[in-house]
Amino acid sequence: MPHALIKYGLSRSYPGHRHFNSRKELKDHYDVVIIGGGGHGAAIAYYLSKYHGVKNVVILEKGYLGGGNTARNTAVIRANYLTEEGVCFYRDSLKLFRGLSNEFGYNIMWENRGQLTLAHTDAAIRSFRWRAEVNKHLGVRSEVIGLDEIRELVPMLNMSEHARFPILAGLWHADGGTARHDAVVWGYAKGACERGVELHQLTTVTGLDIESGRVKAVNTNRGKIQCGCVVQAVAGNSSVVGRMAGIHLPIHTFPLQAMVTQPYKPVLGPLVSSPQYHVYVQQTSRGEFVIGGGSDPYPLYNTRSTLEMKESLAAAAMEVLPFLGQMRLLRQWAGITDMTPDYSPIMGLSPLENYYLDAGWGTWGFKATPICGVTMAELIATQRVPDLIKPFSLDRFYQFRQINEAGATAASH
Amino acid sequence: MKLMRCPLNGWRNISEFTYGGEVESMPNPVTDASDVWAEYLFFHQNPAGLVHEWWCHTATSYWFIAERNTVTDEIIKTYPTSELFQKRVDFSQEEST
Repeated sequence: MPHALIKYGLSRSYPGHRHFNSRKELKDHYDVVIIGGGGHGAAIAYYLSKYHGVKNVVILEKGYLGGGNTARNTAVIRANYLTEEGVCFYRDSLKLFRGLSNEFGYNIMWENRGQLTLAHTDAAIRSFRWRAEVNKHLGVRSEVIGLDEIRELVPMLNMSEHARFPILAGLWHADGGTARHDAVVWGYAKGACERGVELHQLTTVTGLDIESGRVKAVNTNRGKIQCGCVVQAVAGNSSVVGRMAGIHLPIHTFPLQAMVTQPYKPVLGPLVSSPQYHVYVQQTSRGEFVIGGGSDPYPLYNTRSTLEMKESLAAAAMEVLPFLGQMRLLRQWAGITDMTPDYSPIMGLSPLENYYLDAGWGTWGFKATPICGVTMAELIATQRVPDLIKPFSLDRFYQFRQINEAGATAASH
Repeated sequence: MKLMRCPLNGWRNISEFTYGGEVESMPNPVTDASDVWAEYLFFHQNPAGLVHEWWCHTATSYWFIAERNTVTDEIIKTYPTSELFQKRVDFSQEEST
């Protein structure tokens, strides 16, 4: 046995292979240039190459694949939003997540855990009833539950009547779940690269050549590329890249801080969230408790962490789940979120003819990854805006038709 | 603890302050079209770099202007609004011209 193992390891025909093979040099021309190698960019490339036969596609990534907000989110997948537009969109995304491992032949570690949102005020219970009815009407499983059911789902919750904000009720979203966020982007990029898409990492877009309302070429730190069309999928940098295309976006960019404990045995099944305390907690399949909260108090393009936010996050987490006080923190980090005024994304056409927007992903980007890939790929390939993303157009702000998504994480209104 | 200098109260913990949005000039409520108002209300410069913003010292309700770098998280300077607005804006006057 050891002999066979050594032989295998030293063999020249070692069967391990790279997931993301690409040409070394950039070509002169691509039909589709995707700016941003995160989950969204990779998903758009995947659906373009697999379902629309568009294969002359390049993904330009200034860092490394999935190294931005795809790696920084807290991997919560849910569809219990409040607006009809939002619920339908995230519902279809959730359906795709369920089948993604089979789609790829690659395990994204999807787990249907269920998600529990806690109400600490009468106003929250009223909004939960509203959300539950909208959800049920649109085929998403959500229901308002009482204290006994909450105790049964998460026995460790602080159910004391003497808590700072006692728990009054819950919104139970049976469809909710989690997946390994890195695996999602790796699966998409692997599938896309197998079909001829090129992934170029450490390639920064430095500018766009625009002539009579069209992008002619994309300038990068590795040279100029002629392009058929361009998609920007750069969560956390949407305003900066949008400005290269001369597009002004309704975005303010905030950091969102999170942290994770050391791994422990599995005790917390559902994903738990408390809008009142601005905290949400989930235990990963590796056993770590991931703790996230609200956005920073002022806009910033910096992933630094602050003691104030970490302190309030830890205090809130312990208020909801007191046993977390015994856990040791392993890591802390921040992601950069492009917050829109109505907490909905900005997707679809732009003022330029061949430039597509996939922006404004605030705190809701990871859970939208598959449906974003499907709809944006359809838009690029057919030139028709899919019904699912029509309401999310940039134009809505000029028409005063915002999609006020009060069900979004960190929606602090 | 991060500190910010309030022009009225001196150095304070930044948690005492509230961020109030970028300094932009308001469109004319009488003459400007709705798309100009949409731009003013929803669209922001949101620069990665130097930004001029409204801030308020919450405890004293004192509004002032801050210049910040949004990449390095440095506060470059803070000053009272009197340095920004030198004269009163009179909209009824603009309407008649």
